[in-house]
Amino acid sequence: MAEARNNLILEATGLNKSFGAVTAAKDINIAVERDSFVGLIGTNGAGKTTFINMVTGYLKPDTGNIVYDGRDITALQPRDITRLGICRSFQIPQLYNSLNVFENMMVGLAVVLHNAGRGGFFSSGEPIVPGRDKPLRAVAEEILASFDLTSYRSRSAQVLPGGVRKLLDIALTMVAAPKILLLDEPTSGVSSEEKFGIMEMVMKVVKDAGATVLFVEHDMEVVSRFAQRVIAFADGQVICDAPPEVALVDPDVLRFVVGSQRA
Amino acid sequence: MRSDRTPQFLLAMLAVVLVGGYFLPLWAQFLLTIALAKGLVVLGLLPLMRTGLVSFGQALYYCLGAYAGGALGLQFGITDLFLMMLAGGVSAGVLAALLGFLLAKYRGIFFGLLSLALSMILYGLLVKTESLGSTDGFNVEQFTLFGVRPDQPMVRYSMLVAAAVVCTGAALALHRYLGTPLGLMAPAIRDNEIRVEYMGGSARYAIHVIYIIGATLAGAAGALVAAAVGHIDPEMAYWTQSGEFVFIAILAGTGSVIAPFLGAVIFGVIHSFAFDFSPNTWQMVLGTALLLIIVFLPSGLWSLFGRRFKANEG
Repeated sequence: MAEARNNLILEATGLNKSFGAVTAAKDINIAVERDSFVGLIGTNGAGKTTFINMVTGYLKPDTGNIVYDGRDITALQPRDITRLGICRSFQIPQLYNSLNVFENMMVGLAVVLHNAGRGGFFSSGEPIVPGRDKPLRAVAEEILASFDLTSYRSRSAQVLPGGVRKLLDIALTMVAAPKILLLDEPTSGVSSEEKFGIMEMVMKVVKDAGATVLFVEHDMEVVSRFAQRVIAFADGQVICDAPPEVALVDPDVLRFVVGSQRA
Repeated sequence: MRSDRTPQFLLAMLAVVLVGGYFLPLWAQFLLTIALAKGLVVLGLLPLMRTGLVSFGQALYYCLGAYAGGALGLQFGITDLFLMMLAGGVSAGVLAALLGFLLAKYRGIFFGLLSLALSMILYGLLVKTESLGSTDGFNVEQFTLFGVRPDQPMVRYSMLVAAAVVCTGAALALHRYLGTPLGLMAPAIRDNEIRVEYMGGSARYAIHVIYIIGATLAGAAGALVAAAVGHIDPEMAYWTQSGEFVFIAILAGTGSVIAPFLGAVIFGVIHSFAFDFSPNTWQMVLGTALLLIIVFLPSGLWSLFGRRFKANEG
């Protein structure tokens, strides 16, 4: 057990958050082990996104704290939390729409380079991306290739198909070589044929990168196939935290989460 | 950008101006110098516009630079053109570093109007300051270059040479800057600032730095104009002057560091000829020109040339 505790990368203890009369998080306790793949489920308003927003620093919990890799990050700003290695993707892809796919990657990597103090005005040659030890353009191409986006590299981000937009959004979170990846509905708005393909690709890239993943998902087939562990939310509380084969047949989960699922 | 020929083109243009400028009539040498100075201000607006922000108050720094450059001669008897431009650039940059803490928080129309308001405060102060000549301003002594005072037929040509060299240097530096991480972040801030923050970038910091760069160039340009015209007055800070810079920026486009100078020269030509042909309705001609540009070339005049510079990209 002691060994398992050392293996924790994220530990949220006693998180509470309310907006006026609405309780968005009630005594949330979640510990996440390194390299795990965790599915977060629950109906809209159950508290999944509130949890993600608290971990990324966008919302501050009223009480409780969040420890990442042994360090309390509860009071940190989103930017600083990102720099520590917790990155998120978005339910609605947040891209740089006036730029093409390759330029999107370059811009993302530019932020990483700037934070590392590399590639400044007086530096010479192509800057080396920290954590990857390769030059800027090579890294951009490499990430695009890992998500199978190379053929789209010159297309404007604005005119990409839905599934490709999703992948590019997730690819953008990978530029900072995150240790924890929070994926907010990675397969929403994607046709059911594409869903498994996207998840498989993301899983592979993330495993190669050695990142831990928490993903919000409404499709129970995707959850049962890809999550090693399921955390179910209802009314701001965690109602179940178990492996998918247990969680998805849990009576509370069936009643509060799966039962209200659109088919 | 691998096939980027911008530096070579800039150096070629410098050579053309240095050689061709010698044979221009004096009035044209003067107009070209003023156009280059205005191009320098617009060059400073370019990275700001790439972040999606338009400053309607760049005349603040243009005017401050002119007064700082002129004051060198007035107070210390220093008339060296490069020192004047340095003084103009540094004083504008320092003020922008302070005001940037306030301005970098604002976006869109709020940024534009706040910058305009700040420039009008300087205008108001200068109008009320009698020691600086109030609305009349003051005259600037003839400039020197490294201790040499150019003789009459060469005054304007030497001015043009100095302007061209400074503008080329600034354009080369800014071109390099646009390729650095902070420069690359500018269009990302325009497109999706939230995403920039969620990737660990600071839009405010980037905008602050870009704002200081723009002000520094505007200040240096103001000092150059002060020396070229030989006179300074508060009108340099008036909001219509800021509007003119934005006008040129839209005319030129933000596609390249060459564009601002191209835009400023074309603006100068349209302005001069429109004024010549119809002294009372020249604004109409300019307005029509801008209308046509916005409708037919929304990315500015530069979109006519841009493709040649991006040959190998994609």
